[in-house]
Parts: sequence; structure tokens; C-alpha cells
Amino acid sequence: MISSFLQYEFLQNAFFTALLIGFIAPLLGTFVVVRRLSLIADALSHVTLSGIAFGLMLDKKLGGFALTPFYTGMGFSVLGSIFIEQLRRVYKAYQELAIPIILSGGVGLSVIFISLADGFNTDLFNYLFGSVTAVSRQDLWTILVVALVVTSLVFLFYKELFMLSFDEEHAVVSGIHAKRIHFLFIILTALVIAASIRIVGVLLVSALMTLPVAASIRLARGFKQTIAFSILFGEASVLIGLVAGYFFEIPPGGTIVVTAILILIITLGFKKLQQRSHFKKVMS
Amino acid sequence: MSTNSILEIDKLSYAYEDKQVLEDIDFSIQSGSFVGLVGPNGSGKTTLIKLILGLLPHKRGTIRLFDTPIEKFKDWNRIGFVSQKANSFNTGFPATVYEVVSMGLTAKVGYFRFFTKQHMQKIKHAVDIVGMTEYLHKNVGDLSGGQQQRVFIARALVSEPDFLILDEPTVGVDAENVQRFYEMLADLNKNKGITLLLVTHDTGTMTSYATNIACLNKRIHFHGDPHSFEHMSDQDLSEMYGHNVHLVKHEH
Repeated sequence: MISSFLQYEFLQNAFFTALLIGFIAPLLGTFVVVRRLSLIADALSHVTLSGIAFGLMLDKKLGGFALTPFYTGMGFSVLGSIFIEQLRRVYKAYQELAIPIILSGGVGLSVIFISLADGFNTDLFNYLFGSVTAVSRQDLWTILVVALVVTSLVFLFYKELFMLSFDEEHAVVSGIHAKRIHFLFIILTALVIAASIRIVGVLLVSALMTLPVAASIRLARGFKQTIAFSILFGEASVLIGLVAGYFFEIPPGGTIVVTAILILIITLGFKKLQQRSHFKKVMS
Repeated sequence: MSTNSILEIDKLSYAYEDKQVLEDIDFSIQSGSFVGLVGPNGSGKTTLIKLILGLLPHKRGTIRLFDTPIEKFKDWNRIGFVSQKANSFNTGFPATVYEVVSMGLTAKVGYFRFFTKQHMQKIKHAVDIVGMTEYLHKNVGDLSGGQQQRVFIARALVSEPDFLILDEPTVGVDAENVQRFYEMLADLNKNKGITLLLVTHDTGTMTSYATNIACLNKRIHFHGDPHSFEHMSDQDLSEMYGHNVHLVKHEH
């Protein structure tokens, strides 16, 4: 493993990208989960898919086009996030309606673009389920920039993001610019989703944002600890999943998500044992 | 310090579409008082609070906060607010008592700045005032309703407001703790000099602690001290509530 790691550039790319998204996906994911917006991640990943399909189509039609599908995907994701916000404002009483609209819109556009690009190919398959081999050095640099931007903005606006997540009304009364902070949050989410797709794939990216948080929330005390545990579980899932994917020649999206689910099950079991022993102590 | 007027409302009216909720309200609060605002459900209490907090734009009448028209008022740090919804928050939210109280300082600290040691001291002090220090690093979701309400008071106190508004803070707090809760408020009023506006539909316990009582039902029907409030005739009350009520006198 180590010798091939040193030998092959694609393995290094995949490894470092995995480290980065194992950090940023659960970081943003914690805010997404506590705000009960998990489904928005799903909607945005499908919009990203339409962007990727658009990129593949351009590539096919124009050939050697400057924008790779990775970038068109990122662009679509950000546009989709802005669109979701507009819809949520229009349908104030039915905010969740924005999600099926955007999700089906994303899938619909994807189907059209994919057909125009002459159907399925390995490239698309890699985007759907993630890939160990598909990450280029340039992708790694882009994801590094995204990770730095996302992490520093979350750090800078941590207290405002936290307040907005906990109690939006209170945030507004205190004079926090709730709309702007929320806008920042949704754009960051879109960027993280687009960046994560290279490794985990469109269909499983929301899992990487929510499963580590689901496990963490059962164990942690306080919000900062929830973020810390989420990142820990996220990194563990990504690294174990990536290695397993490489050895068994399976797209890493699958192995990463299954690892995350195993971590979740272990956490729930641990919590149950803890409660049982606490119960016994109280009873005796 | 400015003059003694904390809040002055003049000829305020408010309607949701075609439903008149508040009509011709004249109401003022002096510095250092503990005002109980009572009224039946749907009497416009929460609407009035929202107008005072600037959460709703008012069209008719004037509102002045600390001698400044609300349109120009910027000093929101001087006003603390504990909402009715405070105890219906997402109890699964992973936040410790310390983290929740720290939110009371977020706006005061401001963008692009971080909490300093002094801020941390203030947070711990506010938690101490409401007697929750031993729960500092517990998740708020694991506390009882009364304890959670104390945490939200601490969140409002941490920015050291001059004026604290509480909207139905005792909903979901058991009877025994309601008493303790009012004692704590009276103490904040007397010893910390915080002006209080407490909105409630429970006229019983409050009258023994408040310095002024105002009754709202679309209009202000009564504004005076608790003693004369207790001597309001049942007929006056029925007029206000729109049906038969008897005031439960509170012995003390």
C-alpha cells in the first residue's frame, strides 16, 4: 500500500482530497443537521450532477473545453443554492417544497444533458459513485482552496452561524444579519457538496455530511464537541472507506458510506450499553 | 444615564390585514419599574412585544425606546428579550448551558471578533446569577423546563441590558418553580436595577412582585399599581376579558 502510495500520483491525490472532504463535509454537516436541512444537501448534490452533465456535454460537443465538469458542477451547485433560498422565501409556509422542486429539476436537467452527451460513460459513473483514480492534481488544488475558504469562513462567522442555527428569532432580535449569514451558509454548503463529489459521488455526498453528525450528536456534549466528533468520524469513514475501496476495486462512495453507517451503529450500541449500566447503577 | 423613560408608546394601532389587533395604545414604562402586562389570549400582547422589539413595522402611532424613536434606535444591546418560544426550542440541539448563554453576547461582540476572557467571565457570571453554575457544561436539552427558562434569562442578562422583556416566561414551568422564578426577577429588578416588562396571562402570582400592572385587550384597559389592580371590580375585568372572570387574590 505504502509503496504504491508513493509511486502513484493518483493515490496521493485521492488520499489528500479524502482528508480534506472528511474535514469540511462533517464541519458544514453539523450546521446542516441541527438546522434540519439535511435534505437540502441531497437536492444540491443532484443540481451538481446536472452541472457535471452539462460539463460533460460541453466537452463532447466542443471538445477540449476549458471548464471541466468539476467546475460546471460547482457553478450549478452554487446557483442551485441561491435558487433554493428564493423558493423558500416564496413558499414561506411550505419551505420544504423547495427541495423536491430543486431535486427533480436537477435530475431532469441531468437526464437531458447526459442524453445530449451521448449517454453514460465511465466518467459519469465516477461522478455518481466517486472514484479513487479520477482525482487529478488540479482537482486536489481546487478542493484545497475550497476547504481553506470554507474552514476560515466558518471559523470567522462561527458565533453567528451557531446563533442562527439555534434560534433564528433571537438572532434577528439581537441585530444579527440573519439573511446574509444564512446566505453565506448555503453557499458554503453548495461548495462543500461540489468538492466532495470527486471522492464520494453525487448519490452519497449528503451521507458524508449527515452520518458522522448523526453518530456524534448521540455522544457529544455541546456544539463544539459535536463538530469535533463529527469530523473525527468523518475522517475515519473517508480513510477506511478509501483504502477498502482501493483494495476491493469498488467505488469509494460505497465503502465510505458503509463505514460511516458502521460507526453510527457502534455509537448507538455504545450509548445503549452506557445507559443500561447507568440504569443498573441507579437501581442498585 | 438618560432620563427616566425606558419606553413610551403613543397612539399606537396595529392591524393584521383587516383584523384590528391593537387600538390607540398609550403606554409608558419608567426606569426601575417591574411592569406586568396581562391580557387574555389573542389580546395583542405578543404583537405589542414584537412592535416594541422592532420585529414588526408599525404604521400608526409612535414608539420611543430610551427617548429615541424606534426607527432611529440602534442600541438593541440595552434590551434583553426572553421569548415565549424559548422553551419550545429544539431540545435535541447539542448546546451546553455555557454555549447558549454565550449567544447573548454574539451581537455585542460583533462581526470578525472573538470572545475574550472577559466575555467568558461575563457568561459565567450570568449563569451564576440564575443559579445554574453546576450545569454550566450540560446540554440544555437535558434540563427541566424551569432550568431551561433560567438559562434563557441568563442569555438575556449576559449583555447587561437595562430593560428586560419576558413573554410568557413561566409557560411549562411547574408551580413550585414559578414562585422562585418571580423571586429571582424581583431580585434582578431591585438589586441590579433592571427594568422589567413581563407579559403573562397569569394574574395571580405576578401581582405580588410587580410594581405596575397593565391590562391589555386591544386597548390598555388599566395601568396602575398592583394594589388598585386587585381592587378592580369583577365587572371591569369581565369587560376586559369579554367574559366572566374573578381575580384570584394572592396572599402574601
